[in-house]
Amino acid sequence: MATLLLADRPDIAAPTIEWSLLSPLLVVAGVAMVAVLVETFWPRRTRFTAQAVLAGLGLLAALLDTARVYVSLDRVDGDVVGRGTPVAEGAVTVDGPGVLTWGLLLVFALLSLALFAERRLDGGLSAFTGRAVDPPGSAGEAEATRLRLEHTETFPLLLFALAGMMLFASANDLVTMFVGLEVMSLPLYLLCGLARRRRLISQEASLKYFLLGAFSSVFFLYGVALAYGYAGSFRLADIDTAVTSRTGGEHLLLAAIGLISVGMLFKVGAVPFHQWTPDVYQGAPTPVTAFMAAGTKAAAFIAFTRVLFVAFGGASWDWRPLLWVVALLTMVVGSLVAIAQTDVKRMLAYSSVAHAGFLLVGLAGAYVADSERITSVSGLLFYLGVYGVSSIGAFAVVTVVRDAGGETTHLSRWAGLGKESPFLAGSFALFMLSFAGIPLTGGFIGKWSVFSAAWSGGYGALVVAGVLTSAVAAYFYVRVIVLMFFTDPVGDGPTVALPSVLTTVVIAAAAAGTLVLGILPGPVLDLAQHAGTFVR
Amino acid sequence: MILSVLAATPLVGALVVTLMPRTAAAARSVKVVALASSLVALALALYVTSQFDVGAGGYQLTEQHEWIGALGVHYALGVNGIGLTLVLLTTVLVPIVLLAAWEDRLPASRSVNSYLAWMLVLEALAIGVFCATDAFLFYVLFEATLIPIYFLIGSYGGAGRTYAAVKFLIYNLVGGLLMLASIVGLYVVTARAGDPTYLLSDLSGLDVGTTTERLLFLGFMAAFAIKAPLFPFHTWLPDAAGTATPATSVLMVSIIDKVGTFGMLRWCLELFPGASEWASPVVITLAVVSILYGALLAIGQDDVRRLVAFTSVSHFGFIILGIFTFTHTATAGSTLYMFNHGLSTAALFLVTGMMVARRGSASISDFGGVQKVAPVLAGILLLAGLSSLSLPGLAPFVSEFMVLAGTFTRSVPAAVLATLGIVLAALYILIMYQRTMTGPLQPEVAHLRDLDHREVAALAPAVVLIVGLGFFPQPMLDLVNPAVDEVVTHVGVGDPPPRTPAELGGLTGAGAYVPEHGPHETEGGH
Repeated sequence: MATLLLADRPDIAAPTIEWSLLSPLLVVAGVAMVAVLVETFWPRRTRFTAQAVLAGLGLLAALLDTARVYVSLDRVDGDVVGRGTPVAEGAVTVDGPGVLTWGLLLVFALLSLALFAERRLDGGLSAFTGRAVDPPGSAGEAEATRLRLEHTETFPLLLFALAGMMLFASANDLVTMFVGLEVMSLPLYLLCGLARRRRLISQEASLKYFLLGAFSSVFFLYGVALAYGYAGSFRLADIDTAVTSRTGGEHLLLAAIGLISVGMLFKVGAVPFHQWTPDVYQGAPTPVTAFMAAGTKAAAFIAFTRVLFVAFGGASWDWRPLLWVVALLTMVVGSLVAIAQTDVKRMLAYSSVAHAGFLLVGLAGAYVADSERITSVSGLLFYLGVYGVSSIGAFAVVTVVRDAGGETTHLSRWAGLGKESPFLAGSFALFMLSFAGIPLTGGFIGKWSVFSAAWSGGYGALVVAGVLTSAVAAYFYVRVIVLMFFTDPVGDGPTVALPSVLTTVVIAAAAAGTLVLGILPGPVLDLAQHAGTFVR
Repeated sequence: MILSVLAATPLVGALVVTLMPRTAAAARSVKVVALASSLVALALALYVTSQFDVGAGGYQLTEQHEWIGALGVHYALGVNGIGLTLVLLTTVLVPIVLLAAWEDRLPASRSVNSYLAWMLVLEALAIGVFCATDAFLFYVLFEATLIPIYFLIGSYGGAGRTYAAVKFLIYNLVGGLLMLASIVGLYVVTARAGDPTYLLSDLSGLDVGTTTERLLFLGFMAAFAIKAPLFPFHTWLPDAAGTATPATSVLMVSIIDKVGTFGMLRWCLELFPGASEWASPVVITLAVVSILYGALLAIGQDDVRRLVAFTSVSHFGFIILGIFTFTHTATAGSTLYMFNHGLSTAALFLVTGMMVARRGSASISDFGGVQKVAPVLAGILLLAGLSSLSLPGLAPFVSEFMVLAGTFTRSVPAAVLATLGIVLAALYILIMYQRTMTGPLQPEVAHLRDLDHREVAALAPAVVLIVGLGFFPQPMLDLVNPAVDEVVTHVGVGDPPPRTPAELGGLTGAGAYVPEHGPHETEGGH
């Protein structure tokens, strides 16, 4: 079996697909397709539950399968130790960082799925609109609510988006990467527009995300074309060979790097390509925002890192200064603008921009080493894990704080939440402290690891800039804590809807994860470190 | 193991207090449980002291376990004389504070449970900080102390508490995050040299380039200078102390701010001796400015709590001056000063807090003639005030004198200017005392109650220690001297050779690290 897996035999005509290694991805995509069939044939009355259970079981199976794949990865000795192998004729790489990202994405998806399936908060209906074709405020909409209609397509859409993310993070050639990018993005565009409440801004968010996303995809695609023109191949390893030997025109290479970076920086929400973030985060249904904040960021960062490290590693002197500037801008703009926000979801959106900046610090460090030290990749993986868990937890709290019109996201309405519900406010405070990077929370170890990667890579000055902007960022996180605990509520104060066990479990699990990753990060850090480098 | 148990004791107390019912009826038993756990911690600290071999020096009662292997981080505890002194200070002060805070009026709908629990959590973290011998562990605990204080100020303080709490947090976070950059740097530097490590024992022998050492030093020093606080990073302190409850102020100024000066001694001097020496002219200048500026502003205050806060800025100037002079006498004086300042400031904050609670105003001009109606209160205020202005015979005098004597051998101008601080100290304390306690009795304070038994019982231990250590500081000096010797030797600057041996002989004799010429003799000579 092992010899079969290792073999990369060009003389075999039929394409070799390593089903066993690819199976987590295939399980997710397969379950998504089954879910489409369920959508068609299952009776409407029990379809919601059936879809939720199917998706949940599929994700659990994929997660277990991912663990099996991770354990079975082969060690690859090179300049730097890696684990795994390119599969499917080199279209996809199943390697340590990629499989770990799969694991992260699956955990994020499981947590988000629980939020998708929450029906107790809004009078027994999900957070998604009953019939998307009805114009907001129309008689049809009222009828849909009266008939208790629900869009259960959200579950297959979630699974398709997840499959896209997994493919995106482990693609080994630029075309596959583009396919992954689109498979990830299209369901998300759609999901953004499906909010049950405040449908107009939800639809606006969807349209904005779609237009800007499509625009950035084109940049990416143009960059891919230029890279092909430069290297004569889409495969990352071939591009690396061309870059290292510096064949072809320098301008073509720089343009390719620049254009691909634009597409990627859009997806991770880095300045100056971040403008969509606040609108989309605010308008999208909160469960979708949670999934998007955690999942898209993780998949896009790992894909971006893979392209830069594997394909353009030989040109790192060209792209590192660029990232240096973008990281600095992203941190500063994200932190400063977040201070002025009065809406919780917009504040979290700008906070995600700031976090993209901190992640870019680790990426710009571009530290790859074979020693026992924290590398850029392991630092990013850990940070993405912590950030994703805390983000989903924070958005889960947002879904629970409500008034008559649905979620109440204006910050002033959160005053006095600490008295209303100490558990909720305490969890939210914990997530804020983790975002701010206070020790004993996961966010601290995350910051530590990306900063140490940047310092190891020789970007000490960027680390200092990073810690200073962290202090700025801490201000607005702390302001929320002040509001919740120290400020007396205006009027009758916030109301906390009683969620079902699903949301409660998500919040509790996210809080526990944030704490455990802060106090005992050892095992997860080891995992991130032993993932090794990308395999080409 | 014993140190972990010691640090865990208040934590267990905090947990129990949190789980107890939050009704008014249960409030009394909640307070008893909190006080009991702090007394157990005190007993354990005394047991630790009895186990500590004073003559042996070095770090004792050590324990070490791997915590985060990938980062080279250990859970490592140990105490030397300096750390033990501050552990003792912490464990002595917390019961005093809890007893004094017995009747604190909390804002509506705030439970006494969380108030006491946060204090106990803070005690546990402080003990951990003073015992940590791993830089990463130290940093984590150092930053974690921010959260209890933040909630203590923000939830239980007076008017303007939100502003003060946020200002406190942001100031200290900026310092802490700069230190984080250095912590990251230490990892990179040690990893380059071999295995990443944060253990003090490994780090103190670290050989790094001059520039790197200075940068790393600046990160640590920024955090400690803000925490201590050193001019011009002090502006958070008066705001915080002006709105916090007296109990919070004591914990913050007497204990947690000591982490700043303690950190300079343990981490800046031991890890970066060369950079410390490089920075010493600037630090000494800032320390002298702190002494004079803090004292001048204290004279100008009308809010008695802000006055005490500014006196602390001045006193911290003395402590930092002593640390960065690198002489045995001054460093020993600084260490002793940390303990004594903790006692005298605690007494001052608590007794003024009692005044303020009775009058309902912190403004000095709202008092007058109080000693006629509340003689015990006036007496304790006078004694606490006199200890703050370093009256001979009270504990702070010995330490202040040693700092100045040690500074004279290094820099005469700094010492002369710092000595002016003593004169100003007399002004701010005596003017405050005169305006509040003497003179014609103001009608608003005519019915001011004198201290009751509980309050006297709370303040008595501090007063006894202030007087006792004023006359007989030798046990404390014996405790700190071996550790101080190690620090000063490590920096390697050493005592300057006496240029005029005959005249300076008396002064170095007062240096008190030679037991047979202890400062109690100096006391007699005064």
